[in-house]
Amino acid sequence: MPPSVMPTSKKGEGVPPPAAISAVGLRKSFGDKTVLDGIDLRIPTGSVFALLGPNGAGKTTVVKILSTLITADAGELRVGGHDVAAEPQAVRAAIGVTGQFSAVDGLITGEENMLLMADLQHLPRQEGRRVAAELLERFDLTDAAKKPASSYSGGMKRRLDLAMTLVGDPRIIFLDEPTTGLDPRSRHNMWQIIRELLADGVTVFLTTQYLEEADELADRIAVLHDGKIAAEGSSEELKRIVPGGHVRLRFTDPAAYRTAVATLHEADRDDDALALRVPSDGTQRELRSLLDRLDSAGIETDELSVHTPDLDDVFFALTGGTDKHKETAR
Amino acid sequence: MSALSLVVRDSNTMLRRNLLHARRYPSLTLNLLLTPVMMLMLFVYIFGDVMSAGIGGGGADRSEYIAYIVPGILLMTIGSTVIGAAVSVSTDMSEGIIARFRTMAIHRGSVLIGHVIGSVLQVLVSLVLVGAVAAAIGFRSTDATVLEWLAAFGLLALFALALTWIAVGMGLASPNAEAASNTAMPLILLPLISSAFIPADTMPGWFQPIAEYQPFTPAIETLRGLLLGTEIGHNGWLAIAWCVGLSVLGYFWSKSLFERDPK
Repeated sequence: MPPSVMPTSKKGEGVPPPAAISAVGLRKSFGDKTVLDGIDLRIPTGSVFALLGPNGAGKTTVVKILSTLITADAGELRVGGHDVAAEPQAVRAAIGVTGQFSAVDGLITGEENMLLMADLQHLPRQEGRRVAAELLERFDLTDAAKKPASSYSGGMKRRLDLAMTLVGDPRIIFLDEPTTGLDPRSRHNMWQIIRELLADGVTVFLTTQYLEEADELADRIAVLHDGKIAAEGSSEELKRIVPGGHVRLRFTDPAAYRTAVATLHEADRDDDALALRVPSDGTQRELRSLLDRLDSAGIETDELSVHTPDLDDVFFALTGGTDKHKETAR
Repeated sequence: MSALSLVVRDSNTMLRRNLLHARRYPSLTLNLLLTPVMMLMLFVYIFGDVMSAGIGGGGADRSEYIAYIVPGILLMTIGSTVIGAAVSVSTDMSEGIIARFRTMAIHRGSVLIGHVIGSVLQVLVSLVLVGAVAAAIGFRSTDATVLEWLAAFGLLALFALALTWIAVGMGLASPNAEAASNTAMPLILLPLISSAFIPADTMPGWFQPIAEYQPFTPAIETLRGLLLGTEIGHNGWLAIAWCVGLSVLGYFWSKSLFERDPK
């Protein structure tokens, strides 16, 4: 294990942590269809990165390339300090991958799947048994350990899948749509597991089509659209770059409402509700200037609320333009 | 870990996985065993009298015909059992677990080596079972020495290895299990146009070269020679050349198919 993938404490300290995963100019085409058209990524060690995009955007292709399953057409890619094209075995030794489709052997039991992984990680027999038993316990699979994996529910298969990935204690984990198709309870379980990984200092590369999931888990989010990264940043940063934020003012007195309408020309009117929507990015300065204008006009609102855009707004703003005729995400 | 011990260790792990599959789901292996056993029964008990009249130069002796076809049936057993290898490789490749193996720091070829060794072991078990049926209905070797028995086993194992590598390639080249089963069909049809059931020199003249030089006939004639004391001639070298050639071809074909980017 190279020192560059040592667990580091979270952001806010002087030196930026080294990149666990980086890509510069990643390109991939299948036939004449360009799937990835020059992607740059930098994922600091110990963080959770979410790659967000609609079905077919190429998220899985990014994971397949970075996890050495398929080769890129172009791009400089490093994972765990190793060049993906030149040293694929070293990359493989550093990573764990849990794919979108369950990568468990359905013909054998959950326990046998775990022991298979222990053997392939070259753990001594005793240690393999211990690690397998611990992980089965941790993922609540002990009762089902002796049953064939094909008989497991979707959530159980996904847990077994991740448990198998963790046998070798990888410091970088790729999770390709880890909660797609899971019920809400299983989804929250999976989120909890991912948070525990992060607490252990593991770097997580997550793909998802659920905005809520990226919002919940990720330190940084990139939106993949038309083979390019349409936007990248923290959840808060992304929310700030799209319009849709506003301040809502509601009145009970029609006279006060009319005064407000006359004062705030730029506002959208909702005459039935006696409410105004004033466009705003929700920053302190804009709020203060709005309040100053209300004060100087002597307007008292009955209710004032700030609406910041959520990731849905971001997502549709970034991907909606050329995509309306296609299926929307979710 | 050195490269060699990595190959051995990972291939051994993969072999155990494949044997576990075979033990849990024996129906595929048993189904494939039915074909050679039924062929043996069919030719001995239904067509036996006519066939033995045809080969024995008049003397309609059934036990002579049993002796004649058992070597062919044994090689047909190999052909039919390795179809199982093509099907299971093809099924396996469609499973997510293979993608997982590809992203792990294990020996690349171990997945295929595990399949091949597992399949050869299955073939040997099938050969023992079919051999037992043949012995039960009256097959006896005519004074074969221990060395000749060993050579016979060696030939069968080598032939199994060769056909398995070809079958693994067929499994990798096929998009699904049904297609794999169809692609591997020639492996069970070839014995029908070999000297397994009738001597090649009783076939139409234009067809004789095909029957004589296809992989099965030299192997069958060599096995006959070893067990029954008939003339082997150039068939021994031909059989070994076919085995080595098919193994090498199948190995490199399978390797290049496995190393393609998966879909």
